[in-house]
Amino acid sequence: MISPTCSIEKNHPQFKDLQQYIDSLKINHENPRRKDTLIMTLHRAQKIFGYLPEIVQVFIANHYSIPHADVSGVISFYNFFTTTPKGKIQVNVCLGTACYVNGADKVLQEFEQVIGVRSGQVTEDGKFSIESLRCVGACGLAPVVTINDKVFGKVKAGDVREILEKFFIEEEVAEKEAANV
Amino acid sequence: MSEIRSSEQLASAYEQYKGLLATRLGTVIDDDTRMILICGGTGCHASESEKIVKNFEDQIKKNNLEGKVFASISGCFGFCEQGPIIKIFPENVFYVQVKPEDVEDIFTQHILNGQKVTRLLYEDPILKEKKETSEDISFYKLQQRVALRNCGLINPEKIEEYIAASGYQAISKVLTEMTPQEVITEMIASGLRGRGGAGFSTGKKWEFASKYQNDEKFIICNADEGDPGAFMDRSIMEGDSHSVIEGMCIAGYAIGAQQGVVYIRAEYPLAVHRLEIAIEQARQMGLLGRNILGSDFDFDISIRLGAGAFVCGEETALIHSLQGLRGEPGTKPPFPAESGLWNKPTIVNNVETLANVPEIITRGAKWFSSIGTETSKGTKVFALAGKVNNVGLVEVPMGITLREIIFSIGGGIKGGAEFKSAQTGGPSGGCIPKQYLDTPIDYESLASIGSMMGSGGMIIMSENDCMVNIARFYMEFIVEESCGRCVPCRIGNKRMFEILTGITEGRGTLDDLNELRALSETIIDTSLCGLGQTAPNPVLSTMKYFMDEYEAHVIDKKCPAGVCQKLLIYEILSEKCIGCTSCARYCPVNCISGAVKQLHTIDQSKCIKCGACMTRCKFGAVVRN
Repeated sequence: MISPTCSIEKNHPQFKDLQQYIDSLKINHENPRRKDTLIMTLHRAQKIFGYLPEIVQVFIANHYSIPHADVSGVISFYNFFTTTPKGKIQVNVCLGTACYVNGADKVLQEFEQVIGVRSGQVTEDGKFSIESLRCVGACGLAPVVTINDKVFGKVKAGDVREILEKFFIEEEVAEKEAANV
Repeated sequence: MSEIRSSEQLASAYEQYKGLLATRLGTVIDDDTRMILICGGTGCHASESEKIVKNFEDQIKKNNLEGKVFASISGCFGFCEQGPIIKIFPENVFYVQVKPEDVEDIFTQHILNGQKVTRLLYEDPILKEKKETSEDISFYKLQQRVALRNCGLINPEKIEEYIAASGYQAISKVLTEMTPQEVITEMIASGLRGRGGAGFSTGKKWEFASKYQNDEKFIICNADEGDPGAFMDRSIMEGDSHSVIEGMCIAGYAIGAQQGVVYIRAEYPLAVHRLEIAIEQARQMGLLGRNILGSDFDFDISIRLGAGAFVCGEETALIHSLQGLRGEPGTKPPFPAESGLWNKPTIVNNVETLANVPEIITRGAKWFSSIGTETSKGTKVFALAGKVNNVGLVEVPMGITLREIIFSIGGGIKGGAEFKSAQTGGPSGGCIPKQYLDTPIDYESLASIGSMMGSGGMIIMSENDCMVNIARFYMEFIVEESCGRCVPCRIGNKRMFEILTGITEGRGTLDDLNELRALSETIIDTSLCGLGQTAPNPVLSTMKYFMDEYEAHVIDKKCPAGVCQKLLIYEILSEKCIGCTSCARYCPVNCISGAVKQLHTIDQSKCIKCGACMTRCKFGAVVRN
């Protein structure tokens, strides 16, 4: 078993989390099928780190005994994986067909105007990022916008400021409640 | 939960649990017992259906009605437009657009006092009448539920309820009464064809795989529903995962496979969650694992997440993805049935296909093949969305017409607009125009009019949608999703996208239209996989049926539907403008000038065609040409 060489990695809580997950997979380095779980591991790593920087990629490659290129090749292929950090508040506008014909492109434009970055970018302070999605399967609510885990349905151009306000208020209430508990 | 180790034990488990559904099925009607089902599909879930369940539970406790009144989540009822939906049994009353704060009213009025809450009943948009039960609603009238038989009936997180709905009876029958060959013969006789799009005979596919001798074989459930605007497979997995598991077991028995893998989109967290629960419960009951129901048949299932690549819906690409590789498609033959996952014989079946299997085994091939048309048997689930009044999931017998789906079930076009086209088959399909509304839907008829069945996404478009822009939209999708392996797909589609963008921005020429046709032919003929081979279909079908729109864009530089922004001109009518300055204040680029109480004008060179002025003007003075 090849262990990571860097001490930061060993002690960092996020790497510990990932290490724990990888250990649970009991990867056999002789098994030609070991890459079977690679995509699952990348999902887990992105959940832990928020994105997949090179140091994480190398860490994973070492644990699978595969070249770094194999890992980065997979990451670059799939839309779900990102090598750049996302904003704290992630706005996702669904651009599936049902949302699109109901005006989702205009909603996206408005988010871009209000937040001040284009789709795929993050604000300088790292607070917001905007992405477009391909169908979350909630076509009955088209156009759909998700902000972090919250879903907003039947959004119209013109609603954007109101939605962001609502999101902030609910976040604040949730935070206060959490603080009281 | 005790283990079920034989067909006899399954039969007694059924006897033990069938009471769970008695109120819902109306087999036992006890005046005090009420069952409240709350839709827990993704759409309704997003509209706080969980909170609704909790509020009902609180009310039940508060009124000491535990054991008499039950509240439970269920799978999707299908009528997503009206969500969140709740259904109360045994009266079968159907409430729509319920909010958590409505629960108290429903409880006090309906449960305690037997009065229906009229304001929450569904109102027929044409007749303006309130409808009490789902049977009265036109949305449900022409539907026939086979694949969705348990969605909206059982709690998907309780295996007991699936067993109560005759679940796992089919695998029991197969293991005790049928040889693998008999299962395959039954499947071929049923006429079931792949519901993922291509429509290959499921039984024949199994037969191929069964013929290859190997120590290891695989059953893969393709739940990578990448077609934008389609949510059939998501709903089945969220509402009735066990039927998919049972279908996989039967397929495993038929071809001699012991392992199953569900390849599911990471964008469907709720479906993944429900599937995980279902697999775990099936394992605990011994319905997955070794010696299922006391036979010598072993079968287990694992879950693998996709990572957002449309091309992974193609079976060879999907297999590559399962092997931890880039999801690029491979050449066929050899077909996966001969050499698939880890070069072993592999069957890839779609979710809806598998959900049909247990029902075919239980009720027989003869029953199944009595539904549908000559070449396409059974039912098909469509995700009806877009500019239609009743957005939702509909399951209809093959052979129904588009008109029936859109106007009888779908309730017509939103806002009374004129129907323009129905898009089926997603980015691989085409747009079906008005003149084919009465075509009976099956695999062959859709292909003959330039579209395809696809996985079942059906997007309805109205006179307010620009078909050139829709073609551009799909091409943009293809450009993003092409894996890049084949040059014609990687570069050809990009070129088509650029041409279409040019046309929608007023830079198109008549030569461009010929270029689009030529590129389409090359891409179709020379791409390796289904994605490339079908990518130009949306462009070809819109060019075939809506050439007038292309010509309007190219020759007159006008967008007849008023969608393509760069081709629009906003103008202020001198006779209507009173000089209120409202438009000028809201113009984001300050291109409107004019003094108070004087005619305003738009500087066309600066205008970004956002339409803000038009929505702000209270006097109808701003017009779009």
